[in-house]
Amino acid sequence: MKEGDAAIAVRGLRKVYGDRPAVDGIDLEVGQGEVFALLGPNGAGKTTTVEILEGFRKRDGGEVSVLGADPAQVAKSERWRQRVGIVLQGTGEFDELSVGEVVRHFARFYSAPDDPEAVITRVGLRDKAKARTHTLSGGQKRRLDVALGIIGRPELLFLDEPTTGFDPEARREFWGLIKDLQSSGTTILLTTHYLDEAEALADRVGVIAQGRLIAMDAPRRLGSRDEALATVSWRTPDGVWESAQSASPTAFITDLAARFGGEVPGLTVTRPTLEDVYLEMIDAA
Amino acid sequence: MSAVRLGLAQGGMEIRQFLRSREQVMFTLAFPAILILVFGSIFTGTIAGDVKFTQYFVTGMIATGLMTAGFQALAIQIPMERDHGVLKRLLGTPMPRWVYFVGKVLMVAFIAVLETTILLTVATVLFGLDLPDTGARWLTFLWVSALGITACTLCGVAFSSLARTGRSAPAVVTPVALILQFISGVFFVFTSLPSWMQNVASLFPLKWMCQGLRSVFLPASFGPREPSGSYDLGTVAIVLAVWCVVALALCLTTFRWTTKRDG
Repeated sequence: MKEGDAAIAVRGLRKVYGDRPAVDGIDLEVGQGEVFALLGPNGAGKTTTVEILEGFRKRDGGEVSVLGADPAQVAKSERWRQRVGIVLQGTGEFDELSVGEVVRHFARFYSAPDDPEAVITRVGLRDKAKARTHTLSGGQKRRLDVALGIIGRPELLFLDEPTTGFDPEARREFWGLIKDLQSSGTTILLTTHYLDEAEALADRVGVIAQGRLIAMDAPRRLGSRDEALATVSWRTPDGVWESAQSASPTAFITDLAARFGGEVPGLTVTRPTLEDVYLEMIDAA
Repeated sequence: MSAVRLGLAQGGMEIRQFLRSREQVMFTLAFPAILILVFGSIFTGTIAGDVKFTQYFVTGMIATGLMTAGFQALAIQIPMERDHGVLKRLLGTPMPRWVYFVGKVLMVAFIAVLETTILLTVATVLFGLDLPDTGARWLTFLWVSALGITACTLCGVAFSSLARTGRSAPAVVTPVALILQFISGVFFVFTSLPSWMQNVASLFPLKWMCQGLRSVFLPASFGPREPSGSYDLGTVAIVLAVWCVVALALCLTTFRWTTKRDG
């Protein structure tokens, strides 16, 4: 593959179930080393899209290139599988085996695997290395899934809703792991329901609704929310909350401060959150 | 890692998983031994003059054990693994697909040998079973068992595509196995069954496995009491081999790694 080629390139992707298009013409490019998050409601086509890229599903139309190859052609190629790591939704564990045994066994499938003990530590399961996998909590099982996804030192990692069911603390820790992988140059395609997760991790996000990619940008700029009107809120001396929308909030607050003769009580300045923008897009779609 | 070592490692992993699930170990290994205890205690008499019933019954138990280890276990376990996404997960790794089947075959072989050994030990110690006394009989024992378990294993893999969910698998598989046991001469002397039942049983491997094993554990003088007038090892070999080929063809054409909802 040439330097600078995209890790994933998708053009006009289509997938039809019966007569209902699940994926209806998606164009997408993910650069090498990029973390890309796919957002969208349930049934929007996220998982279908990702599973086509992973070589698990056949497509009905369009062109797809993943690490320079068409997944439909190389789905059974051991060489291509060596370079791709996959964390699926709800895959089975090997109940009677320990975490260490499972990770060491999966390492055997790869020609240049990472050190199993190091990977177990990296996903935060070091204390559980000897525990049978059926004794793990939901979040710990998910970490094991990730360990199995990265044991082969993939160039490209697919993460399908990796933190569903995590408590907030576990999610933060998990984000640290993903950032760690990102800094070591792994390309990551992530699907998630959590907008804060996309915002914290992704270089770019794509929003899928009804099988189409309706927006794609850096989380900060999605839906031009960096240019949207700011909402300024404050409390009047009578204790009433007031707010105003402004395209130039700095000037607005300077005026406000002059009116109050100093500190403005309860002052906040907000722009639409990623969630606001996202929900608006989904409603409009 | 070489292909052979990968296959062995997969087999080791399957066997370890089996040995650690206590219920499975109990049912698979102890059940035939318990059955022989029960039947051996009920039927203490002889058949055909001087043949101990245990001698007859043990052949059916060995064959049943092989069928359970090969056919029943895989036809239930594989749909469950498919349902739980274990197969899909393996599919997403560079593991060559044959490695999965090698793992299953090694597990089945391990269980079959262990179970048959336990069965023969219990029958010999408690009920005075006479073990084969010539090298030729042991050789027959070996090839009938090997061919039988191969047919059963392949049938189990082929049958695994039939159950739509892991949960429905036991319901699909158990009646088939149970009926085959009743009509194939496992619990009753085969020739005492109605002839239509004998004819139906003759279409399936279990009857022929039992017959081949009878030639090992019963005296040559019992041969003329078989339906065709002899143990007919040639036909045993042919029928089991045909089942191997048919089941292998089914495996290769119908095996599913993912569930229907996976598209």
